[in-house]
Amino acid sequence: MDVGFYFSTLFTDFGSTALSVITASYVIAAIGLNIHFGFTGLLNIGQAGFVLLGAYGFAITVRFTQNFWLGVVVALVAAVLFALVLGLPTLKLRGDYLAIVTIAAAEILRLLGDNQLLAPFTGGTFGIPGSAFSKPFSALSPFPQNGLFQLGPFNYPLSEGDSWWLRIVAWGIVALSIVVSFLLVRSPWGRVLRGIREDEDAIRSLGKNVTVYKTQSLVIGGLFGAVAGIVNVLATSVSADAMGRTLTFELYTCLLLGGAATVFGPLLGTFLYWLVLVFLRDTIGFWVPSGILSQQQIPQITWIFVGVGLMLLVIFRPQGILGNKKELAFGD
Amino acid sequence: MPVVVAGTRLFTHGGSYMLHVRGRWGLIAAAIIVAASALGLVAAESAVAAGPIASGTSCVADATTGCLQGKVVDDNRNPVAGAKVTVTSPSAATGSSKTAKDGSFFFAVTEAGAYQVALDPSSLPTGVTPKTPTLTVTVELSNITPAGFALNGHAKGSTSHAAASVSFWQLLGQQFSQGLLLGLLLALAAIGLSLIYGTTGLSNFAHSEQITLGGFLAWVFAVQLGLNIVVSAVIVIALTSLSGYLQDKLIWGPLRKRGLGLTQLMVVTIGLSLALEYVFQLIFGARVYPVATDLELNTGPLNITPTAYWSMLVSIVVLALVGLALTFSRLGRATRAVADNRALAAASGIDVERVIRIVWIVSTGLAGLSGVLYALVNGGVYWLTGAQLLLLVFAAVTLGGIGTAFGALVGSLIIGVVANVSTLFIPQDLKYATGLVILIVVLLVRPQGILGRRERVG
Repeated sequence: MDVGFYFSTLFTDFGSTALSVITASYVIAAIGLNIHFGFTGLLNIGQAGFVLLGAYGFAITVRFTQNFWLGVVVALVAAVLFALVLGLPTLKLRGDYLAIVTIAAAEILRLLGDNQLLAPFTGGTFGIPGSAFSKPFSALSPFPQNGLFQLGPFNYPLSEGDSWWLRIVAWGIVALSIVVSFLLVRSPWGRVLRGIREDEDAIRSLGKNVTVYKTQSLVIGGLFGAVAGIVNVLATSVSADAMGRTLTFELYTCLLLGGAATVFGPLLGTFLYWLVLVFLRDTIGFWVPSGILSQQQIPQITWIFVGVGLMLLVIFRPQGILGNKKELAFGD
Repeated sequence: MPVVVAGTRLFTHGGSYMLHVRGRWGLIAAAIIVAASALGLVAAESAVAAGPIASGTSCVADATTGCLQGKVVDDNRNPVAGAKVTVTSPSAATGSSKTAKDGSFFFAVTEAGAYQVALDPSSLPTGVTPKTPTLTVTVELSNITPAGFALNGHAKGSTSHAAASVSFWQLLGQQFSQGLLLGLLLALAAIGLSLIYGTTGLSNFAHSEQITLGGFLAWVFAVQLGLNIVVSAVIVIALTSLSGYLQDKLIWGPLRKRGLGLTQLMVVTIGLSLALEYVFQLIFGARVYPVATDLELNTGPLNITPTAYWSMLVSIVVLALVGLALTFSRLGRATRAVADNRALAAASGIDVERVIRIVWIVSTGLAGLSGVLYALVNGGVYWLTGAQLLLLVFAAVTLGGIGTAFGALVGSLIIGVVANVSTLFIPQDLKYATGLVILIVVLLVRPQGILGRRERVG
């Protein structure tokens, strides 16, 4: 066994994962979830639904109009409407109602995305290929349209598809999202959110309309989810099954790993989450003979690690790496 | 009437469950897996093939794997099973697979590039020809590439969705009895979920994997070991109840003592659910395991199979027994007392921890039975069977009123019937979505559920 090859593969994979647009989209979605869960204490387990709406809203609009900005607007409006639909019936109720409704609503969206009747728009179970909607975004690129650019071991197209241009924009949005979430949570508005998380009745007694604040939080966090959906599908293609509840659970793992209710938690947690996955995949693939575990079984093993990891994290370190135990998002 | 074999939808992603690998529990789980392998119970999975192209009944794309998948449907848009699909990679490697019951095929490939996907016309039913026998698609790694085949013509059994050969009322009756059946099976799982919620406050997302576990164990005993189905069902209930006992003893009991909040515990069940789901996939792969192997004809007033009648009868008897036990037995009264006011129950001399442990045992046993019956009447069990049902079970519990056992029964029946009857008006694959829409509507109108009390809503 060539150990040198193992390490070079591992570090190249680490690098490409750290640059990856998918990683960036997870960070953005986790920032949204952090506003819901970390700062407001809303147990939204349907964040994948916001991601899915953003993805489909953007992809379908751009597919038929070839207008990038219109696609972005439609995606954002869809997320706002979804947040209102979810929020109005549930935000006045006990927390676990929101949990069940959000996961159910996200599942309805996934089933609709797969549905054959809507196939002329959504592509049904086949989804929408990236080529159908990625052109207008590539056209915005300041780089030459064609050609590749190599930086060390990383060789990507300049403008088209999963490109350097998309990477720059995606990580730019990550940086912007972190700044926005920082400004939001240290504003008076953000302090009210934390207050709601800690003691809803106390905030109510101060004359604040708690339901309105919760709805605002749900809308804003959902917008981050929709943006994550746009970023994600620009690098890949639209597929409803990739945006099911497993995605939400992954986002929770990322968020709780980094630390809920912290500004940098989503970024750190998502990085660590993906690096651990890459490490597991490469290590099992390299060291465990394929007779014991085949290529197909490696993802299954990594998923089991994710599940067990989430359990252990919540039991033994619910505040994550950066979090403060006094500021725990888990009420009870 | 035609034989009714309900299809089971596959999806590549989904939520859910695992055996906590810690201490004795982990050892027991490992021992079961080892013993199962030794007995040859662990089926070789078709998705696990060496080489660049693997076929199977699902595909998960990752950085080194691309998925090439699609469906073969006839001109009535009905799926065609058993059609042979062959793919050829850019480096001329080939792989082939037959379409599943839902007409789907999946290939996992490790090489990106242009692939030829060919449908073998001779594998199609007579009179059916492909519109385009060969497709060329570009596969990217870590991505899902669709390849769908449309056909000219259809086989005899394939009914047009437009032409109604049966009257509306007949269809309605058919869907109603199917709904009743689904509702009863949901109720078995829902009452357990509701009891656990009532006594501990925990929303147990890992309950779905008890259903799946029941289904798989039924396959192991009834099909693999060839035991009588009734004997198998009894063994399965015993084993799933044991899993509930061990879970409470090794995970939930200690976590309650540790003082974990309910939200924290709920996220723990989500992690457990996710891990267990993939433990199932690791052991059993992604294919559907049929538990009832005989094809049966629909008979009787409800126009369902004899197995379905038996399943309904078993569900009704078991549900009635649970109901009677809850109402009249000492333990049942103690359970309701704990659900009502835990501190007061403890003060009046009820051993709360013991009640909770028994609730776990009964709940997981009921979910196991639900899994056995579901696998019997729905064509089989696969790793996501429980995950598919879980949200309907939650919807049923919420509809009936969270924490009330009888409400769970009423809610389940309503969800089962409405979901099935809705397929008369909307596509079959949105059946489960209907159940979830009901859930959201109920929360808008009557958040405490049908039998719930207002104060519980908080």
